[in-house]
Amino acid sequence: MARPGAMSDQASAIEDDAGLLPGEVDPPIVVRPARPADLPEVIAIDTIVTGLEKSEYWSAIERRYGNAERAGRGFLVAEVEGEVAGFVLGEVRDWEFGSPPCGWVFAIDVHPRFRLAGVGTRLVAGMADWFRREGVATMRTILARDNTLILSFFRSLGMTTGPFIPLEIDLARMEMVLHDRESVA
Amino acid sequence: MRLQKNTLLALYSVLEFAFDSSRHISASEIAQKYEVSPHHLAKVLSELARSGYVESVRGVGGGYRFAGNARRVTLMDIILLFEDFTPEPADRRESAEETPVGLALASVMREIDEIAKATLSSITLATMLQWIDRHQAAHRGTRVHEQGAAKAAGPRAPARTAERASRREEVAPVPDA
Repeated sequence: MARPGAMSDQASAIEDDAGLLPGEVDPPIVVRPARPADLPEVIAIDTIVTGLEKSEYWSAIERRYGNAERAGRGFLVAEVEGEVAGFVLGEVRDWEFGSPPCGWVFAIDVHPRFRLAGVGTRLVAGMADWFRREGVATMRTILARDNTLILSFFRSLGMTTGPFIPLEIDLARMEMVLHDRESVA
Repeated sequence: MRLQKNTLLALYSVLEFAFDSSRHISASEIAQKYEVSPHHLAKVLSELARSGYVESVRGVGGGYRFAGNARRVTLMDIILLFEDFTPEPADRRESAEETPVGLALASVMREIDEIAKATLSSITLATMLQWIDRHQAAHRGTRVHEQGAAKAAGPRAPARTAERASRREEVAPVPDA
């Protein structure tokens, strides 16, 4: 799975985006594949939004996604007047969890200065176009269920609960459960 | 999670008002549309007004109109006016609920409720209006298809009258974010 959990700690960047009215986009937003030179601005946005500096994470992202043409991985930025205003990361994953090929959006951030301008919407639309070109028909993401603002943002774009249910367990608890099962056996 | 009748009525009403916040809608119009007693509805509207989601307009052509921000108000905001999701205190639970079986079942129900709450908290009225528009468009498409089929069947076929454009259809759809 393509780090879907990363969305929850980054998505607060776009929470105000849902209030945009059509025609309010000025100056124009250009969504394009990320270039290596964009990375410092991308990292700066992520640091502002999340309050966490994740240099190792971004180095790994650069290695994996730096070449935007690489099949199956998408890294787009939104540019406003020559400045990186936001970015989105996604990846096509095949047949994991029994799912036919599907595009995962797993990180999206918008610089606070560019909120309420439709940047988040344009980034998601750009990623959807990229997924289509990659030959997938479904876009998927995962969010913390208390992240209602970003859930609302994605829902405003028409996304709904999908057919998969995420499950998790505290590993200490799993140890107890397994121990109990062995005892019964 | 099972919503009370008042809660559902509040959701119907607030969505009706949110379609066009400039239009005043009378309580009787909503009562008639959803086949509820005006007296019952009045209590619900009063609570919505008290909470600032609608405002009443007096005089000729008066009624209620939406006073909130449809892009910010969620279904849960409205639901919480009428429902109390606070867990029952331990001393008020039935003894069966305190058994291992009861406690295990309660944990399943809690899990379901948490998902339901997250869903209701993430759907704004603006998103609902988009969905409703989509349903209406699909409904119109079906009607047009039926009319086309009737026309193709010949002049003696029982022609269906075109559905009168509803008030909802006359207002501009809510724009995307």
